[in-house]
Amino acid sequence: MTALTHSETRQSEKPVDTETAVKNAGRIKARRRSTSIWIGRIVLAVAVVGGWQWFTAVGWVDKFFFGQPSEIWDSLVKLFTEGTAFGTIWENLGVTAQEAFLGFLLGTLVGVVLGILLGSNKYLSAVVGPYIRIVNSIPRIVLGSIFIVAFGLGVFPKILLAAVLVFFVVFFNAFQGVREVDQNLVANVRVLGASPYQVAMHVTIPSAMTWIIASLHTAFGFAIIGALVAEVLGAQKGIGLIISQAQGTFDPNTVFACMVIIAVVTLFAESLINLLEHRLLKWRPPNRSEAQAI
Amino acid sequence: MKSTHTPRPPDHPDASAAGARIEVSGLTKRYLTPKGETFTAIRDVTVAVEAGQFCSIVGPTGCGKSTTLAQVSGLEHPSAGSVSVGGNLVEGITSGVSYMFQADALFPWKSVLSNIMMGPVLLGMPKRQATDLARDWLRRVGLAGFEDRYPHQLSGGMRKRVAMAAALINNPRILLMDEPFGALDVQTKAIMQNELLKLWEELRPSVLFITHDLDEAVALSDRVVIMTSSPGSVKDVFDIDLPRPRGNVQEIRHEERFLELQGRIWESLKDEVTRAYALTAGAA
Repeated sequence: MTALTHSETRQSEKPVDTETAVKNAGRIKARRRSTSIWIGRIVLAVAVVGGWQWFTAVGWVDKFFFGQPSEIWDSLVKLFTEGTAFGTIWENLGVTAQEAFLGFLLGTLVGVVLGILLGSNKYLSAVVGPYIRIVNSIPRIVLGSIFIVAFGLGVFPKILLAAVLVFFVVFFNAFQGVREVDQNLVANVRVLGASPYQVAMHVTIPSAMTWIIASLHTAFGFAIIGALVAEVLGAQKGIGLIISQAQGTFDPNTVFACMVIIAVVTLFAESLINLLEHRLLKWRPPNRSEAQAI
Repeated sequence: MKSTHTPRPPDHPDASAAGARIEVSGLTKRYLTPKGETFTAIRDVTVAVEAGQFCSIVGPTGCGKSTTLAQVSGLEHPSAGSVSVGGNLVEGITSGVSYMFQADALFPWKSVLSNIMMGPVLLGMPKRQATDLARDWLRRVGLAGFEDRYPHQLSGGMRKRVAMAAALINNPRILLMDEPFGALDVQTKAIMQNELLKLWEELRPSVLFITHDLDEAVALSDRVVIMTSSPGSVKDVFDIDLPRPRGNVQEIRHEERFLELQGRIWESLKDEVTRAYALTAGAA
């Protein structure tokens, strides 16, 4: 009994102090954790890039084949200051970005529309299903050759190839998203007197949206790949053309420099998609999109 | 009907009547399996629910209780027999019906208020009016102040309250409930049962209530229907003569009459449950 009162008085003496102390300790712990993560990241980057530089400088790795970070930087600077044989880097980057973006839009649009239509119609999906699987299993990137033969060296065949690659990713997700719709929810609104159009607007499309938006991350990567590959196959302008030119002159540094440029563009587009995702899916419990953040 | 509660939406002609009489006669439903075999879910079910009556359906797992409800709502069409609601044969979606499921069928992407608003909005009520009505219902289920939350931010019991408000906001003639409280913990379940009884006594829709919980069936209902194991048909019908209003469902469980009725119903149900269990155990 005495012990109890003793501890009680002790607690009531300075409960505020202990509480703030606990809070502070937690905050310090969290800060330490994030600092150590950042140190780890920097060390990893320095080790990889520095190791590359060192190995090629000493001669253990032949920089003629594998390039060298300092020379990649030089060719980056050269690309931006002197330009290329096909105009400034901005011009070329603009062409590639435009192709990838338009291809992305076209592929997404067609993918979403067809995915939702087929997903909500059992008969159609049963009829078309096997063919879609067949088309999905053929190497679509080869279509680039056909597009270039058919439509020439302009922008259009690149957009088309990017769109084809994007289409399948988005289509399958939209299709699956529609089929994963909570049937109870559909029954509920139908009983309340919803028309098929209202069911689509209120239930099917919002529910498929989760899947579609998740697919956009992968889809944009595919759009860039489609545009680049089509440019390598034959073009008058674009980053892919610079890459194929650099390959012809045994210049790995310029190839790497182009990779860096494209990576920056993709990261930028990715952050835009993230923004869109947060806007459209703000109703979702926060932990579900965590895997996306990595 | 007291004047306090909200008016029935204009498309219901019988604005003064409470619930509608449900008459199920000779109802049979067969399904076609993907392999082309027919499976009889319910056979020759005949049940009547009087207008404004609370009727529970109890039966072993897989005996076609949910199938029966789907025929009453008009979501599915009977293979034989008929369902009529308020004297009209059910063809297509029955008007003035609300559904409540075990999984709370809420829109995860809509706020609590928008979820409750769905019923009136689908009936074409102007948005402002629907918002006011939804706010009123939110208050009635004790969730005022939670308008802008999303369903995932609520507890299981709170989500049930939202689902209940969404089901009752249109002032339905018929309320179909498919094990609505099956997934709740015991305490929350009792609270929700009391809430349901309170709201039901205000609006008096006819209720078809599916449950596995015999206590729940007896405590809430005027009539308990026992179904046989698959293919389901009606085995027994018990009228529950416990006085209304029932008051607290937890207290009524200890009354003598309650125990007597519950015991009689269990006698009837026991055989079916054992048979259904033997069937599934044999199949496994």
